[in-house]
Amino acid sequence: MTYKEIARKYIENNNLSIGDTIKVHKEDISYTGILLDRPEDADDGYIVLKLSSGYNIGIAIDNTKAELIEKGDKPQIGYGESEIPHDPSKQNISVVSTGGTVSSVIDYRTGAVHPKFTASDLVKANPELLDYANYNVKALYNILSENMKPEYWVKAAKEVANDISDGADGVVIAHGTDTMHYTSAALSFMLKTPVPIILTGAQRSSDRPSSDANINLIDSVIAAKSDIAEVCVCMHGSLNDEFTYLHKGTKVRKMHTSRRDTFRSINAQPIAKIQNSEIKINSNYNYSKRGENSLEVNCDIEEKVGFIKSFPGISEEYIEYHIDKGYKGIVIEGTGLGHVPNNLINTFKRATDENIPIIMTSQCLYGRVNMNVYSTGREIIDTGVISGLDMTPETTYVKLCWALGQSENINEVKEIMQSNIVGEISEKSSIKDFLN
Amino acid sequence: MDYEKLGLKMGLEIHQQLNSQHKLFCPCKTELVDDDYAELIQRRLRPTQSELGEIDRAALQESLRGLNFKYENFETHTCLVENDDEPPHSLNEEALDICITIACLMNMHIVDEFHTMRKQVIDGSNTGGFQRTGMVATDGYLDTPYGRVVIESLGLEEDAARRVETKDGFTEFRLDRLGIPLAEITTDPSMHDPKQVREVAYMLGQILRSTNVKRGLGTIRQDLNISIAKGARVEIKGVQDLDLMSEIVEREVQRQLVLIEIKEELEKRNAEVLEEIHTLDEIFKDTESKILKSAQTIKAVVLKGFNGLIGREVQPGRRFGTEIASYAKKRGVSGIFHSDELPAYGITQEEVDKVAEFLKIDENDAFIIVAHDEDIAVSALEEVKRRANLGLEGVVEETRKALDDGNTEYMRPLPTANRMYLETDIPLFKIKPERIEPIANNLPELPDAKQERIIKEYKLSEDLATQLVKRQEADTFEAILLDVDVDATPVASLLAYDLREIKREGHDINILNLNHLKDIFKLLSAGKIAKDSVRKLTIETIKTPDKDMGEIAEQNNLTMMSEEDVAKIISDIVAQNESMVKERQMGAMGPLMGMCMKELKGKADGGLVNKLVREEIQKLL
Repeated sequence: MTYKEIARKYIENNNLSIGDTIKVHKEDISYTGILLDRPEDADDGYIVLKLSSGYNIGIAIDNTKAELIEKGDKPQIGYGESEIPHDPSKQNISVVSTGGTVSSVIDYRTGAVHPKFTASDLVKANPELLDYANYNVKALYNILSENMKPEYWVKAAKEVANDISDGADGVVIAHGTDTMHYTSAALSFMLKTPVPIILTGAQRSSDRPSSDANINLIDSVIAAKSDIAEVCVCMHGSLNDEFTYLHKGTKVRKMHTSRRDTFRSINAQPIAKIQNSEIKINSNYNYSKRGENSLEVNCDIEEKVGFIKSFPGISEEYIEYHIDKGYKGIVIEGTGLGHVPNNLINTFKRATDENIPIIMTSQCLYGRVNMNVYSTGREIIDTGVISGLDMTPETTYVKLCWALGQSENINEVKEIMQSNIVGEISEKSSIKDFLN
Repeated sequence: MDYEKLGLKMGLEIHQQLNSQHKLFCPCKTELVDDDYAELIQRRLRPTQSELGEIDRAALQESLRGLNFKYENFETHTCLVENDDEPPHSLNEEALDICITIACLMNMHIVDEFHTMRKQVIDGSNTGGFQRTGMVATDGYLDTPYGRVVIESLGLEEDAARRVETKDGFTEFRLDRLGIPLAEITTDPSMHDPKQVREVAYMLGQILRSTNVKRGLGTIRQDLNISIAKGARVEIKGVQDLDLMSEIVEREVQRQLVLIEIKEELEKRNAEVLEEIHTLDEIFKDTESKILKSAQTIKAVVLKGFNGLIGREVQPGRRFGTEIASYAKKRGVSGIFHSDELPAYGITQEEVDKVAEFLKIDENDAFIIVAHDEDIAVSALEEVKRRANLGLEGVVEETRKALDDGNTEYMRPLPTANRMYLETDIPLFKIKPERIEPIANNLPELPDAKQERIIKEYKLSEDLATQLVKRQEADTFEAILLDVDVDATPVASLLAYDLREIKREGHDINILNLNHLKDIFKLLSAGKIAKDSVRKLTIETIKTPDKDMGEIAEQNNLTMMSEEDVAKIISDIVAQNESMVKERQMGAMGPLMGMCMKELKGKADGGLVNKLVREEIQKLL
């Protein structure tokens, strides 16, 4: 029960429980309905009733009397587990849930939405999945996407690696969309994979009929069965429920707060388009094929990495603070080609002197960092700042965490940051790589 | 018909679009668009699961149709919220206040806290697959000449998208209407007399019209709940014409009575709907029937003991077979053939006999044929069996559509009450007494009362008063007269008639504000302009709204002359016509008035001109 003081006392004093049918008498009216719980962030002093019409209303409990009409049953949540058929002729796909929900069940009696995590829930909500594969489903952890931490990347990488060694022909990871591109980049660096690893999610929650979850999930399974043995993000390709795009895990970014087609390839094009259960691979893409790599896990990371956006008037204290607090590396999101106001330049020098690598990226997101064009840029280079080239700031951040996990030597870190490990850096900027 | 004996019970549900500036949960205007759309998006909806994996009955029915949807978007008239690509913005408080006004006028109790709910609707008319709706007030009443009627509830909800067409497996909707605030008013089902329903509908319309609601076709929709003791509850959607209400009730009662008779007859005959779906392709391979010839397959089911009853008329021109057909049509067939109407449609008696023989039926039995491709034919016949089986139970609970002739047609099963859950994207909204009080203390006058009052108070003609109220100009009228001491009639006639004409001539009357109008009538009141110039001055004000009113009148030659100047002009004209005056004496009055008014129209008051002309003539005699 999330009721706070006043309402909680009222409910307890009247011997009521959530789910009971009660009648509340006010001065000139009374309401009969099922007593529901109240959203946690809502004000005290009110109770929520679900009327027989299905509507919820809030009642201010001041000067009211409550009467029990009928004790409610404890709500039975969800449905029983049932056996999912196993078809030996089909591939085995492992589905890992990291938060968010793979499906939801609405309890219309109380109006509660219950997130579901098991394989049978998944298949019950999306029965057409059975046409494609056999499933092994597990809830790895249940956190909101925005609460993701680097340590969870490690946990996910290990779990996925286990699934692959246990024989999964492909892995689908259900992930909240806010930080999906961080996790996809992290898994890209941590895992060499013989099978596809596909991250997917939904921009509209799975409790609504218009959710994009179903199509994203089915297309992710199709991608997980494909020949593309890389870490990818599979999400809606347009506002239509028509096709999805498969984006390279290190070259993708969430670009809109709410649209279904929020995920875009940055400085790259999608690897493939999936439509009507068919996957069409971009012929220009040189991807790792299924079975080409054998499984390798390298989860060593450094979590103490700063990520600072430059802005007009930024003070050098921002950088000083990170150095003073013992950060091991800093990613800067500079302006334009990779610039910051020149008052920061001395602090960059200090950082490099103290063996703290600084990587320059751009707030433009699209395009390549090039600090040779303007004098400020050249001064920045002289302090030892490393170019993030055409990587997104987020991929650069994840890569720096990983690079610092591999080496403490600033020259080696520079070497790692500027080498193309999993396709995160492209040397060429194609005319087609912008706003697609 | 003796409605009381039949246990007739009726209730009304009225949906009224509110005239707020913006939609309920986004800043788009509450206007429909005739322009071409900017983009079309394609969507699918899936019924979500409720407890125990049960999907709601009505929701399931809709999903079985397997339709995909297209939505017409506009660059400026719709936004990502209608698209279901952006979370809803906060509740439109203007719309809520209009509902509070309506609630007060209907003696209702306003809830302490408004909770926005999601009501699952997956026919595509809502992009999210649910309609957002909430309860504003409950337990009100209206006193009618037929007794008190309880107003059960007042909801505030989003209007649905407009259906454009269904073709090639897609239903296309236009998003302009989606999200316009709607007030939903529900009476209790206690009315027994169709005349009372009509009266209540009229009274509710009057109440709504006194508040800030939309006017015109499609802005108010009336649904009728109706049942008789032995029948079942049926909801009739879209009763447009109040005068048709009695006819609709009568025909629905008749339909329920016939369905009950059919049920009793079926019971007597031990009737039964057989499970098996038969294929008749062989029998009809050389048929002359165009419809059957062009179909991929021809299938049939047997209804044992139904002979003669399928052709029974349930409403004028509609048979029990029509009821069955309307279920089958929901699965994509254009109709069915039943044995009570055959031979016909190019199907011969010989073919009918062959079918009867093949199906092994006797003279008490009936059959129904559907011709289409395999999947649709089978699915349509499943619906035929379902509806025929329901016939054994009598009247079915249904949502039906009102037709123009007073008949009704099946739309979908009645929605079950429990398809609602909380819209978590919108905070709960407290409705404090401080919000209600000022509204309750300033309730609008109902239109009838207002009309009566302004006739008395301002000595207006009934016609002018009616027009003012009807065109919602009465408030402006009173605001002008509160400030300006001027004759009421020219003010009323500008507002009731001239403004409309001026608009029709292509002038944008929205440019005019209350101060413009006051300034115009201040000039009239001061005798600076003539009554006849009000219209012209209004038009000129629209052209140069920022100028001083006196200046506008001056520049357009609309100001009146001084009495001295008028007298001078009149005396000149009379002098020039001295011979005529001598000849015709006072008979020259008419022609001279004509000449003077031609010169002075709009610059001098007619009465003054009359007086001066008379004086000048008398001087000469």
